[in-house]
Amino acid sequence: MAKENSKEFKERLPEFTTLSSRPIERLYTPESLKGFEPKTALGEPGEFPFTRGAYPNMYRGRLWTMRQFAGFGTAADTNERFHYLLKQGQTGLSTAFDFPTLMGVDSENPRARGEVGVCGVAIDSLKDMETLFGGIPLGEVSTSMTINSPATVLFAMYLEVAVKQGVPLNTLNGTVQNDCLKDFIAQKTWIYPPVPAMRLSCDLIEYAATEVPKWHPVSISGYHIREAGSTAAQELAFTLRDGIEYVEACVKRGLKVDEFGPKLSFFFNAHSDFFEEIAKYRAARRIWARTMKERFGATNPEAMRIKFHTQTAGCSLTAQQPMNNVVRTTLQALSGVLGGTQSLHTNSLDETLALPTEESVRIALRTQQIIAHESGVANTVDPFAGSYFVEALTNAMEKEAEDYFSKIDAMGGMLRAIETGFPQREIIDAAFKYQRQVETKEKIIVGVNDFTVADEPPLETLRVGPEVEVRQVQATREMKAKRSEKTLKAALSDLREASKTPKNLIPFIRNAVREYATLGEIVDTMKEEFGVYKDPGHY
Amino acid sequence: MERKLRILVAKPGLDGHDRGAKIIARALRDAGFEVIYTGLHQTPDMIVDAALQEDVDCVSMSILSGAHNYLFPEVVKMLKEKGMGDVTVIGGGIIPAEDIPALKKAGVKEIFLPGTDTRDVVKWINENVKPRKI
Repeated sequence: MAKENSKEFKERLPEFTTLSSRPIERLYTPESLKGFEPKTALGEPGEFPFTRGAYPNMYRGRLWTMRQFAGFGTAADTNERFHYLLKQGQTGLSTAFDFPTLMGVDSENPRARGEVGVCGVAIDSLKDMETLFGGIPLGEVSTSMTINSPATVLFAMYLEVAVKQGVPLNTLNGTVQNDCLKDFIAQKTWIYPPVPAMRLSCDLIEYAATEVPKWHPVSISGYHIREAGSTAAQELAFTLRDGIEYVEACVKRGLKVDEFGPKLSFFFNAHSDFFEEIAKYRAARRIWARTMKERFGATNPEAMRIKFHTQTAGCSLTAQQPMNNVVRTTLQALSGVLGGTQSLHTNSLDETLALPTEESVRIALRTQQIIAHESGVANTVDPFAGSYFVEALTNAMEKEAEDYFSKIDAMGGMLRAIETGFPQREIIDAAFKYQRQVETKEKIIVGVNDFTVADEPPLETLRVGPEVEVRQVQATREMKAKRSEKTLKAALSDLREASKTPKNLIPFIRNAVREYATLGEIVDTMKEEFGVYKDPGHY
Repeated sequence: MERKLRILVAKPGLDGHDRGAKIIARALRDAGFEVIYTGLHQTPDMIVDAALQEDVDCVSMSILSGAHNYLFPEVVKMLKEKGMGDVTVIGGGIIPAEDIPALKKAGVKEIFLPGTDTRDVVKWINENVKPRKI
């Protein structure tokens, strides 16, 4: 009967697939969910296995945090943008650092030429950090910092700013990305080799657990993995497997899963395939809950509850007909909200051309506000639960992630897998396959390989001129001339000695930061002991 | 028969975005060119050294961090200083249209923007790059 139907109703494609090439059936029915027990597979929102949401009331209690990632130019430029965003109703801050800062290179280093303040804010020392958060009460605002290899240093700087503001550290709220594993897999702003990089990540997690207990000391990130070209299931699998690696390392240090588990946070991409993304978030919650309970013996439900930030997919935006990016971002943001995200960044329409202008950032923020206040989707929890399609897709994503877990476990864990280049290879293979699909028009990108226009007027973009570099280098040189050389040298020497021991390095880094040691000076001191990582250059 | 063209795919600067560079490297290799990929975080010096060592006909650079206005011309300049002014230099990445004229004036032969079909890059290279006489 069904066959006859499909003959009579001819389909326009030989096969229907998701953005990640997962085949999709014409129709999902109770047959698609054989053996599915809502009680165990879904549970109640806010309860194990958290498939339906992290909290019982979700957005009826509190809307997600609208957190736009911002940073460019000098600390003073970005401070101004922060104040603007808070005035526009944004509820949390998120800091983008420039590439020299991400790589632990000072603005005056020749390797930084042409990059200072260009795709994020330039931070050389505590002095810049004081300016960056000037007039912003750190006890009241939650701040996220996208920093990884030198995360310990930027975190230490943030703590010192709080101390100067008179804010007790145990009231500080925020997140530092501090995810070295995804750096090797996808983001590639590495400094040290994997083993010392992992040590520093765990030093921060350990230190925050006692000294800054409300802080999220790591944001285990799939965002960059997806941007590098992975499929949705690879993003899910590699991110959660990275999470397992951190938990194992922390347990080895004697930390208790029930205590540090609740402070782990995650970060996912919201790409364009609407249902696949929603299934991904739901599967993430269920997999993590089961992993923490069954693999690590957690008994505290909060340690089983995954909480995550979401950002819409930068790589999905097009330089062609850029206004269309507002529509893409809206759909992606909607999937993040329907998938139960705790916070959200919506990309601006001009980000394939340059850093966003104030106007385009406002449209991106308004997109979230329209979803929150006009669309009605925040009125109920997990509205797609029980959909044959979404539940089947959630199950399939979970299965694929677990297959990857088995493979990576068999390799001896994620650090080993990274050393052999496994996740890197899987990602570039997927990226290349997708590129081919676009070029053969198997996948359509509106305005790029179909529905194109010949001539487009250029968009006005934000520009960071070379004078920023000149000003930044000058300011740091002036700052350096005023330091106490003796105490500075002592602090760096203490850090060097501590690097040779298993001691937690955060207190030593804080000492150096207080002496206004530059980021580069601190990073270079640790490089002497830890060495550097070089790109194996596989393609 | 002419020998295969040798192409250096390079990532100058601190920018970590290598998806585009890797896709280009694969596409050029599949199109029959000899491809050498530098890996990430290369200074202009390192790129020019690699170009010299590998006797390449073309240097293809990718930047998504906004540092192209400094790094692309720097590589062109250093190639000339090393007597390799006849190497064809091309680039791609997140590059605002208004930056292109100055980059071309500085000696970058072509700039490929986001959404470029890799077959168009192959075609451009076949039409515009000739094996250098070494």
